[in-house]
Amino acid sequence: MILRKEKASEVLDLFRRMWLIRAFEEKASVLYAERQIAGLLHLSIGQEAIAVGACSLLHQDDYVFGGHRSHGHAIATGADINKLMAELAGRATGYCGGNGGSMHIVAKETGFITASGIVGGTIPLALGAAFAAKERKKGQLAVVFFGDGAGQAGAFHESLNIASLWQLPVIFVCENNGYAEFTPLSAHTKIERLAQHAKTYAIVASTVDGNDLFAVRAAMARAIKNCRNDKGPAFVECLTHRLRGHYEGDPAKYRELSQLATWKKQDPIARVERTLRKKKLATSQKLKAVEAQARALVEKAADFALSSPWPSPEAVDHAVYAEAK
Amino acid sequence: MLRPRRLFFMYEQTYLEAIRSALAEEMRRDSSVYLFGEDVALGGPFGATKGLADEFGTHRVVNTPISEGTVMGLATGAAVAGLRPVVEIMFIDFITLAMDQLVNHAAKLHYMSGGQLRVPLTIRVQCGITGAMGAHHSQSFEAWLTHVPGLKVLMPATPEDAKGLLKTAIRDDNPVVFIEHRGLYWTKGEIPQDDHGVPIGKAKILREGDQITIVALASMVGPALAAADELSNQGISVEVIDLRSVAPIDVETIVNSTKKTSRIIVVHEAVRQSGIGAEVAALVQEHAFYHLDCPVLRIAAPFAPIPAGPSLEAAFVPGKDLILEAAHRALGSRLF
Amino acid sequence: MREIAYYEAKFEALDEIMAADERVHLINGTFLSLSPHRHVFQNLKEKYGERMIAPPISELGFCGLATGAAMAGLRPIVDLSTGSFIYEAWPQVANEAANAFSMSGGQTRVPVVFHLFHGLRGGGAAQHSGSPQAMLWNCPGLEIAIPSSPRDVKGLLKSAVASDNPTIFVDHTRLLDIRGEVPENDKPIPLGVAEIKRSGRDVTVVATSYTVQVALRAAATVAQQGIEIEVVDPRTLVPFDLPTILQSVEKTHRVVIADETHQSCGVAAEIAARIAESGFDKLKAPIRRVSTLDVPVSYSPPLEAHIGPSEGRIIDAVKATLA
Repeated sequence: MILRKEKASEVLDLFRRMWLIRAFEEKASVLYAERQIAGLLHLSIGQEAIAVGACSLLHQDDYVFGGHRSHGHAIATGADINKLMAELAGRATGYCGGNGGSMHIVAKETGFITASGIVGGTIPLALGAAFAAKERKKGQLAVVFFGDGAGQAGAFHESLNIASLWQLPVIFVCENNGYAEFTPLSAHTKIERLAQHAKTYAIVASTVDGNDLFAVRAAMARAIKNCRNDKGPAFVECLTHRLRGHYEGDPAKYRELSQLATWKKQDPIARVERTLRKKKLATSQKLKAVEAQARALVEKAADFALSSPWPSPEAVDHAVYAEAK
Repeated sequence: MLRPRRLFFMYEQTYLEAIRSALAEEMRRDSSVYLFGEDVALGGPFGATKGLADEFGTHRVVNTPISEGTVMGLATGAAVAGLRPVVEIMFIDFITLAMDQLVNHAAKLHYMSGGQLRVPLTIRVQCGITGAMGAHHSQSFEAWLTHVPGLKVLMPATPEDAKGLLKTAIRDDNPVVFIEHRGLYWTKGEIPQDDHGVPIGKAKILREGDQITIVALASMVGPALAAADELSNQGISVEVIDLRSVAPIDVETIVNSTKKTSRIIVVHEAVRQSGIGAEVAALVQEHAFYHLDCPVLRIAAPFAPIPAGPSLEAAFVPGKDLILEAAHRALGSRLF
Repeated sequence: MREIAYYEAKFEALDEIMAADERVHLINGTFLSLSPHRHVFQNLKEKYGERMIAPPISELGFCGLATGAAMAGLRPIVDLSTGSFIYEAWPQVANEAANAFSMSGGQTRVPVVFHLFHGLRGGGAAQHSGSPQAMLWNCPGLEIAIPSSPRDVKGLLKSAVASDNPTIFVDHTRLLDIRGEVPENDKPIPLGVAEIKRSGRDVTVVATSYTVQVALRAAATVAQQGIEIEVVDPRTLVPFDLPTILQSVEKTHRVVIADETHQSCGVAAEIAARIAESGFDKLKAPIRRVSTLDVPVSYSPPLEAHIGPSEGRIIDAVKATLA
């Protein structure tokens, strides 16, 4: 269901952004298999509608926080994929000069404040940014993405309590993909809809189909309106599925193949494409061109990354402490 | 940049009042300075923030629920988003609840982001063995924090340094842990009236001498000076250094002193194993090995949780007598 | 004597420990890490499934649970997986488990083992490469075991579990595939006994964990240049076997300490301080520390490789003490 206000061009832009994320993640997977990317890699293939749906309604000066699976979140805020890919490849031209890597992406220029390797680690940080935003009274807000696994972290509960108590302009976006690392949610908690926790702390909450771009946007639009009008925090739970393992290299034996097949049918990109076709908002040709263009841009990003210099060992102790400005 | 201290009109304040003045002055000067903590708007358990909520409002002196971890994270996030927060953790023993946010986030965000993010955060905590409060309200964890690259850690011993270092800490664009020893809260000292700051990373030579160096931290500075007096009556010339800053540590001052005296004792209230004394000892023997006439001796608390009973507690805290004993050992010692 | 892999020795230890004592429970399950050996660990599930618990991602919660269970008579081994995650559980480890016996005047025993993988692992970056043992050494009440060989991991794990004190078991993923001799029916290794991993007369290198293996490689390299390194492995930080190290220093008069914790207030600082305190007159040169540099661990591979206690840095330090 498309909001009446959304024009074809706008939807096409969203579609492009989703494809950019998909193409980026798939290329990252290839580079990881080729050992061009080190450490752990967590991909968000299948969850593009949430990143794009949520971030597309934000302003440039809003604060966005992610988790360990945040390439898509950064791209959704408009981050430069060349610098992003270079960061994954550990090069000096990466956003963080090679210091952060996949789990610790920072693209401050587009409002993506930070990711974190600690489950739930950015939730309190988002509260702080929301606090600053509220003091400034310019209508800024903070958004934090996390998975269903974070619902068991102490910090999650403390944060809901404080956000509610102080009516902070923060939107909690829970990407409930049913698995916390290798365990199904039901093995981690009796409360399988995290929106229920939000309600316990008196925070307005909704649960939507996270693979429906427009449902996510609609829920976010309501949440954003809440925050900007100083009506306090909001919680948007998006039901989705990650089409890959917890991290690259995880064979995901814990997941039944039939489950995967069902979710593939619900692929968020395919659904937007079907909508665009049905409503005759774009031709087949144009839609295919979007995918091709995304892949071309990602190829360029990969070339840029792999031909970039490594950071020099002399740089290893730069940026430990900030100098006075 | 704070001006170095000049000879201005001095006035007397307690260590606690000095902290309160520093907070008030910085809050007046910079509207982005905010205080967070349990009961801070009510003045805090010891009165450190008394009156500040009246002057600056409860939106700037913010009472938090008992959620140290999340409050630390919140303060970190606020710092990243442009405020200059001062977060209080009521007892350093409770900083354990905030370790993930402090160690894995606040300390590392600047580096992990390649310099994109700044964390101008000050963390005020109070420590120390006094008042028979037992093992969960008396510990000293400066060594843990010194071990984390990205944090700066301060432990002032005098009201003047408390004020000067706190102001510097607040103006610093990095996460700084400011550790106050509550046994010193009611000690008095003279403080210059101007906007003086004390630089981070500089130790202070309180007393010059050339036969033995005593490096002391926070509550141990008093006993060190008392021991120095007694030794001086016995004709021994003692140099006493107040460390003030444990991260970064003033290696130069300590090493220069060692080269002069060739004997050095380190004394702190925290446990010995992997304490600040270990780092000082390792650094001194690294940089001044051939100047040492005897090993670096470390005086510290016994390797045990702090007992609650008053008599046990009194026996537990290192003091002047242990320092004297170590000094005599050092002076009596001969190599081959 | 048979030679087996480290991960096999560790598996044997867990198997034998679980078989011998019903009170032992395993909380969380990456003892053989997320590596290819995960399937080996699954074999334990078939035998001891009811005593193996898979908790939610709540480190604070399940470490507290383990501590409480130990107070109530069980003997849990709780796996924190990546060492950096222990910070989330810190209050339970440092303020509860560590203090309980003393605070209770000896009434409450806490026979819990906290297991973790520390250190530089290749792309772990700042939040997955932590080595918390230096800070934990500053907490009275905790024991710390830190093996470096297949025989050690088996022998020390048994002693850690048998101990009535809370023990931190500091392991390293880079050790999992090394091979070594492990006798059948080997006795447990008592805590507080160091081991000379390689004899030598010129320089004492005290090393811990995976860095022991790095030091042994360094020793082989410089042996070809006529320098004989004695590699001493403390195997436990608490209790700490200073006499064995001092005996070595008596022989060589020169010390290098190689360890993966950060330099400031790190493990090497404490060891250096102790040697200098008690063995000062045996030294002919300053003790040198080869620690991880005082910077957060960068993600980028060349920077990560640069900051750790590498073979090259150990050799440089050894030569510097001989200069």
